[in-house]
Amino acid sequence: MTSQKKGWKDLPIAGVCWIPSTEYITGDWRTFKPVVDTEKCTLCLLCHLYCPDGAIHWNREAEEIEFDYDHCKGCGICAEECPVTAIEMVRE
Amino acid sequence: MRKGDKKMAIAKQEMLALNGDEAVAYAVKQSDVDVVAAYPITPQTIIVERFSEYVHNGEVDTEFVCVESEHSALTACLAAAATGARTFTASASAGLALMHEILYVTSGCRAPVVMAITNRALSAPINIHCDHSDSMVERDASWIQIYAENSQEAYDSIIQAFRIAEHPDILLPAMVMLDAFVLSHTLENVEVLSDEAVRRFVGTREIPLVKNHKGEVVPFKLDPENPLTMGPLDLYDYYFEHKRQQEEAMKRVPKAIKQVHDEYAEMSGRRYGNGLTESYRMEDAEIATVCVGSTAGTTKTVVDQLRDKGTKAGLLRLRTYRPVPKQDITEALKGVEAVAVMDRAHSFGGHGGPIFHEVRHLLYDSQTRPPVVNYIYGLGGRDMPQHLIHRIYKDLEKIVRTKEVEKPVQFIGVRE
Repeated sequence: MTSQKKGWKDLPIAGVCWIPSTEYITGDWRTFKPVVDTEKCTLCLLCHLYCPDGAIHWNREAEEIEFDYDHCKGCGICAEECPVTAIEMVRE
Repeated sequence: MRKGDKKMAIAKQEMLALNGDEAVAYAVKQSDVDVVAAYPITPQTIIVERFSEYVHNGEVDTEFVCVESEHSALTACLAAAATGARTFTASASAGLALMHEILYVTSGCRAPVVMAITNRALSAPINIHCDHSDSMVERDASWIQIYAENSQEAYDSIIQAFRIAEHPDILLPAMVMLDAFVLSHTLENVEVLSDEAVRRFVGTREIPLVKNHKGEVVPFKLDPENPLTMGPLDLYDYYFEHKRQQEEAMKRVPKAIKQVHDEYAEMSGRRYGNGLTESYRMEDAEIATVCVGSTAGTTKTVVDQLRDKGTKAGLLRLRTYRPVPKQDITEALKGVEAVAVMDRAHSFGGHGGPIFHEVRHLLYDSQTRPPVVNYIYGLGGRDMPQHLIHRIYKDLEKIVRTKEVEKPVQFIGVRE
């Protein structure tokens, strides 16, 4: 991995980001992943509002919420906040 | 005057009676500064007091931010500098210590903030007088450090510091130090340049280009039109590389200091050695002292007295401590038979003071490797009179004569 990363001569100074954060995959930090029970879910979208990583999306066509597992770090806030306990944290 | 311009005659100047703090405030007033954020602390208070008067009277077009602490003062300057602004703050002692965290953030974000430090002892016991403990302890924060010998030099150094810090190849913050009370509160004749001459010299801040997260080349500044992220989370995979870049920027500082100092000297007629170090009667010196700050002025008098009696004494004054002028120190001291380093700060439990560490360390690699001894002096504003400096030179003469060093590190001017 190290050999593929930029060295100090090529990196922008001051930690300036040279790729968008969406390309920086943080999903592998996760130990537990959120899984939704679509039967229970009322699509209130509280989970979407609470998610600190913006990793929960509303799929309008499927009328379901979707998790972006590339960026979800498994914090569990969505499961905690869900008023109908439709989200369960499952060990990876 | 930029390089390549036609040579100009020395600019017309005015002689003003200013204390060190006022001289600094005057330099800042002339340097077209966009943002000043500061919190008062003795003996720096006069700097921002005077500057706030300039703001109140409409003499400057500067945003003056009153903050609740030094931590916030530097944070405000850092944030303003990140948008491309020219910024200034001032502090001392406990105030600088409270800035400690943000010193590293500022240099890490490559924000060229300029700060004046009126060197004051650190508590406890509480003390408002001069020693260099406050700034010496910040030597590792990736800030350029320039120590002034007198108020004239404090004025000149502030103007130069903007050019050095903002140099697109450097982009590191800079501190200019002046001794508490000895300089900060003592009236001195200070020659000041015209507002126009200073403004032309400092120019407008040049902003280099950088690639953003979309791969676009944009100016290196925070701008809603061209969003940029600076100083984000940077773990074991990249942090080390960013720190390595800072060291590379530091390596470019000596050249920039010399260049800016030369340009300034052409305009003002004032020169401080080569900008990094000042050798005083060092040509054929057999014994020499090394120091920073106002004590150099007293030491020059002592050197003159010794020279009048035929003693080949000299002084090497360091103007910059960060980056440490490696080559100049080695070169200046290579022919000397014994060296005494005077430190107005002490590293408790260490082997001597911060300047001693550098000088002795550098001379280890020299061919001649002369004995180097250390004197800790003047803590908490204790006076350093001529007779004590004479004693140091006398000790050096004895070392040369006997070829023996009794005490490599000692305190001078302290009661037993």
